[in-house]
Amino acid sequence: MSTRRYSAFALAREALRDHLGWQRAWAKASPKPRYDVIIVGAGGHGLATAYYLGKNFGIRNVAVLEKGWLGGGNTGRNTTIIRSNYLQDPSAAIYEKSRALYETLSQELNYNVMFSPRGVMMLAQTEHEVRGYKRTAHANSIQGVTTEFISPERVKELVPIIELKGPRYPVLGALWQARGGTARHDAVAWGYARACSDMGMDIIQNCEVTGIRSEGGQVTVVETSKGEIGCGKLGLVVAGHSGVLAQKAGFRLPIESLALQALVSEPIKPCMDVVVMANTVHGYMSQSDKGEMVIGGGTDAFNNYTQRGSFHHIEETVRALVETFPMISRLKMLRQWGGIVDMTGDRSPIISKTPVDGIFVNCGWGTGGFKAIPGSGWAMAELMAKGHSPLSAAFGMERFREGRFIDESVAAGVAH
Amino acid sequence: MSARLPTGGRLLDRSQPLDFTFDGKRLHGYAGDTLASALLGQGQMLLGRSFKYHQPRGLVASGAEEPNALVGLGEGAFFEPNQRATAAELHAGLTATSQNHWPSLEHDVGAVNSALTRFLPAGFYYKTFLWPRSFWKHVYEPFIRQSAGLGKPPQEADGSTYEHFHVHVDLVIVGGGISGLAAALTAGREGREVLLIEQTAHWGGRAVVDAPQIDGQSAEDWVKSALQELETMANVRMRTRTMASGLYDHGYLMAYERVSDHAPATPGPRHRLWRIRAEETRLATGALERPLSFAGNDVPGVMLASAVRDYLVNWAISPGDRTVVVTNNDDAYRTALALYRAGLAVPVIVDARPQVTGALPQAARDAGIRVEPGRAIVKVDGKKRVTGVEIGLQLGEGGAMEHIACDAVAMSGGWSPAVHLWSHCGGKLTWDEAQALFRPDASRPPRGDKGQPIASVTGTANGHLGTAAALADAGLELDVSEPAEEPMAPVWIMPQGAGPALKRKMFLDYQNDVKVSDVELAAREGYESVEHAKRYTTLGMATDQGKLSNINGLAVLSGALNAAIPATGTTTFRPPYTPISMGSIAGAARGPLFQPVRRTPIHGWHEANGATWEPVGQWRRPYAYLKGAEDRHTAVTREVQAVRNSVGLLDASTLGKIVVKGPDAGRFLDMIYTGRPSSIAVGKCRYGLICNENGFLVDDGVVARLAEDTWLCHTTTGGAEHIHAHMEDWLQCEWWDWQVYTANVTEEWAQVAVAGPKARAVLESLGGMDVSKAALPFMTWAEGELGGLPARVFRISFSGELSYEIAVPADRGMELWEALLQAGAAHGVTPYGTEAMHVLRAEKGFIMIGEETDGTIIPQDLNLGWAIAKKKEDYLGKRAQERPHMADPKRWKLVGLEADGGAVLPEGAYIMAPGENANGQRHTQGRVTSTYYSPTFGRGIAMALLIHGPDRMGEMVEVTDGQGGAITARVCDPVLYDREGERLDG
Repeated sequence: MSTRRYSAFALAREALRDHLGWQRAWAKASPKPRYDVIIVGAGGHGLATAYYLGKNFGIRNVAVLEKGWLGGGNTGRNTTIIRSNYLQDPSAAIYEKSRALYETLSQELNYNVMFSPRGVMMLAQTEHEVRGYKRTAHANSIQGVTTEFISPERVKELVPIIELKGPRYPVLGALWQARGGTARHDAVAWGYARACSDMGMDIIQNCEVTGIRSEGGQVTVVETSKGEIGCGKLGLVVAGHSGVLAQKAGFRLPIESLALQALVSEPIKPCMDVVVMANTVHGYMSQSDKGEMVIGGGTDAFNNYTQRGSFHHIEETVRALVETFPMISRLKMLRQWGGIVDMTGDRSPIISKTPVDGIFVNCGWGTGGFKAIPGSGWAMAELMAKGHSPLSAAFGMERFREGRFIDESVAAGVAH
Repeated sequence: MSARLPTGGRLLDRSQPLDFTFDGKRLHGYAGDTLASALLGQGQMLLGRSFKYHQPRGLVASGAEEPNALVGLGEGAFFEPNQRATAAELHAGLTATSQNHWPSLEHDVGAVNSALTRFLPAGFYYKTFLWPRSFWKHVYEPFIRQSAGLGKPPQEADGSTYEHFHVHVDLVIVGGGISGLAAALTAGREGREVLLIEQTAHWGGRAVVDAPQIDGQSAEDWVKSALQELETMANVRMRTRTMASGLYDHGYLMAYERVSDHAPATPGPRHRLWRIRAEETRLATGALERPLSFAGNDVPGVMLASAVRDYLVNWAISPGDRTVVVTNNDDAYRTALALYRAGLAVPVIVDARPQVTGALPQAARDAGIRVEPGRAIVKVDGKKRVTGVEIGLQLGEGGAMEHIACDAVAMSGGWSPAVHLWSHCGGKLTWDEAQALFRPDASRPPRGDKGQPIASVTGTANGHLGTAAALADAGLELDVSEPAEEPMAPVWIMPQGAGPALKRKMFLDYQNDVKVSDVELAAREGYESVEHAKRYTTLGMATDQGKLSNINGLAVLSGALNAAIPATGTTTFRPPYTPISMGSIAGAARGPLFQPVRRTPIHGWHEANGATWEPVGQWRRPYAYLKGAEDRHTAVTREVQAVRNSVGLLDASTLGKIVVKGPDAGRFLDMIYTGRPSSIAVGKCRYGLICNENGFLVDDGVVARLAEDTWLCHTTTGGAEHIHAHMEDWLQCEWWDWQVYTANVTEEWAQVAVAGPKARAVLESLGGMDVSKAALPFMTWAEGELGGLPARVFRISFSGELSYEIAVPADRGMELWEALLQAGAAHGVTPYGTEAMHVLRAEKGFIMIGEETDGTIIPQDLNLGWAIAKKKEDYLGKRAQERPHMADPKRWKLVGLEADGGAVLPEGAYIMAPGENANGQRHTQGRVTSTYYSPTFGRGIAMALLIHGPDRMGEMVEVTDGQGGAITARVCDPVLYDREGERLDG
């Protein structure tokens, strides 16, 4: 008898027989001739889409195709921050849905994704930022997102290693979301993959999409390195390469691809329990359960498809964080890496129908897609199953033509 | 027990004894020791605890690849955790502390005994800690966090300094072993500019320990003469203690020099980051020895064979009285022979190969050392120290045939070239079946922007394990005498048929406690991709980044998947090669040099006169000037009243000033601005708006026409560089054939706003040019002399008062300020800060970029349609503003708001609307953009955006209070002060 379900009891039982009875987390699969739905991209968003198609809509004749190894794109490269303290209504709705789903995801998937609601704070280091975050707190208060603007003293209480005085940019307060936090990124992909596989879906790795065919404006066939596969509907969920796939399907996306980098320090004993984001100086940091300080910054300035990045950006980020947390100067950078993010004109995602009937696209999550995985999958599944989802309604790609941007970056905001 | 031998040690200077402490214990070593060798010399074999199981661990390696011997070094502001004892050079007074244990290294209650480890296999945490839900955050996670983490966090800000070097050379060679030296000699003789770097403090790499004869002399002598020759070459620079940490796009190489870690009292930087641009990058990074996987290979006393040799030859360390050597290759016999020559016992050499016939084994046999071919170590005995080994058949399942007492084990699983730098930027590897190693594939190098290779590899790093071949690869054909080696056998685990009980004790990744059984479990559960297996087991993710474990783990995974090793592939190599300090990355840009503060010519006066600062862009502007016991609010009130009633001074030097000049300048500005600056007459000023391509308002300011072909564009403080870049972007990328020149002259001028009913009186008392209403009406400017200073005077106002902005050359700015203070003294002239400026403009209903705008606002939203030249064919943002959503009448429009009872509305508040949307969010119909206490009106004032706003004057709306409640406010005209503009025009 082999073991499928995870629990402390199962672990103990397997320990006594040298863990020889554990089943594969997800089944090995090769393509069938046709599926009702094909999802391209077995990252978090693609797998979550498949999962909620099965769970919420009973659509289980589904294949998830992956060029490389599942979870190997941005799902496995990000800094795992989860928050929903967004300004604009459509963003707050989908990110809060996502955050709420994360709360129970481990139990739902029977796979510990280690969601850790340790709290996320965004530092306000100019008067302008103070006003901006107060505005976000007001918006959140009527969006059903619990946040508050906290004082510098409270910041110091929560983050003893921070330097409040700056001296360059003093900490004037912070936007605090106590139920934000982190999760184990790989586990999110693996947990969804396992659950999809349990529903009978095929997760097909090392299967690159080489072409997409349609007849009479309706998608029919996906050409892959493992042969042609027919489909009723097709979801493209391939951050970093969305534009490439869209081109194969015959349409263009308003997207640029940029390298985003992250790095970790060597592990140390716990010294920071919350996630801190410092946008004025461009850096953010949290401490993983392993003890590594997990650090991220902004994107490189140039378009790029290589999954690494320039040293200059690492330098800028580290410099900012050494000023903010002086003690990290004597820690060492253990590893740096990069991923390719899709950027849209308003820095908000696209969850949308496309010019080809039956093809749906989910992309453009920019630098913050991990936190959105469950909500994004939920909305994308609803859109694909029903043709409409309240959560995704504002994220259609026609918004760029209409000028109906969902701008979270408030990029042009400068102070006199 | 390890000990120092009475003689030998090629790196030791026994005339210089050094004292140091380890966990408070006073110990002794010599100059030339590493902390590792000094500790071994004092019999300290137990050096750390592993990450997951807190197992006792000792030294495995002698160099940068060491996974176990991590210590905290230094104290207070000079403390650093997680330093490798093998890379720490001993110095007098060195203070080291062991890590990851409680209460002590010897007795760690966190240690999980071997009976329990079976309950904690790879990824166990994914399968449990699921219930109850709240326990993850409150119980399980804190426990895991506390037991993980290795070293202690530094408690103080860093006491050291750091710096960056930028270097340009013809050739940079990484690695100061014989291959690197040979490559440097070759290139140096050709006259090329060469930089040769070596991560340790010593040249010569392995050769000086392994001691082949090179060119008729000992390796030691050959290295010495090579160094002598190189030192005579002016075109060759050499640096030890300098580790190439990463190769980046375009061949940008980063190197990390540990300048004074070995001598902390030395003045100057602790670390130096070399940023190297070389025409050619040659990697002579050598190879790393692999451990073998047998049960108990983690017990302190089990070390790499090469490390045992290093400690013996370099530092005269006996690892123990009786050292068993276990190997799958000939090289490890060098260790046995070295031990024998030092008079130490080698009870047996356990060789996994069925036949052992090479010259080195023969030499061992000749020395009387017992060689056991086809044998394996089945198990190591001992807990905190090796006490013996059980020997069995390599082809067997683990039946012990013989117990051999010993106190150390030297193991060798073969060698892996250090291909990290080659791989950082995309260089590919090829599997060398004969030597069982990955080496660089020269046909698939990392490439630059034109497809050219950006690095090459030479010597051992290129897979040439023999001395002669390595030197030849580096360009020197020399006579080399060393024993020929017979092929190694690709043996990864011992014995081949080991069962689960043994595999559970075969460690692959020592620091992270990843065992052969864990990798096999990963494969069984479908984590088949090498990246999945790595992440699931954490193999190779420790501070050594898998230098010892990756290839062994990969081999075990391939075995479990029944796939060839090259088909399984490696994980991605990422920089840095070994960890580098954050301090070195930040460099000198710390404290005052971190984004240096820009200062106006009047900055010092502000500082001396009570300024409370507000960071604005890279500047710091006075928010207000506190007098005596004033708080910010009182000061702002006083300053506003002074401007309204008499006269105030604002340092406006930070506002952007961009000169646009040329035959096509007018046409260009008509595209940049929504209005028509080309129609401004010389001597006149006009307010202008700049939108981006999406139609959104990004900056505003007054444009003055200086001459027929010259305009001066004022921008916001934060916008100066951005708008200048925006202009250049369009000029260089789109309108490159237009004859326009732009120059950001912000810092060339000091500019002071003199605002208030007495402004003209103050200027007149300065004397000089005519500033009368007739000579200088509103929205004009003139050049002349004021109080003896050459000045441009602009009749513009951001306060709603009679106002002049006076610009003088920057170096005269302080003179102007002082003169104005003096001239205004009779009127009680009052310097005012940014907050008073905000209040004044809000009372007058002037918008401010960044308050009324946030990157989503078009001019039409702010009732600024008058500033758009509607008949103009085009301007940046015009087409975007015609899109349906931009023309939507439901867009929120600018209004004023008055709270009930004169209260100040909260910043950032939203105006609520009835009902909820499809996602359950409360509807909104607008938001507060600016809100202040107005001293002029004695109550709160606010500006807001509201749906159909201008049509709803007098209507009551509900504004969020941020606590879940609402505040009632009345919609009003945003212009509250001087609606007719009489004061402005006065």
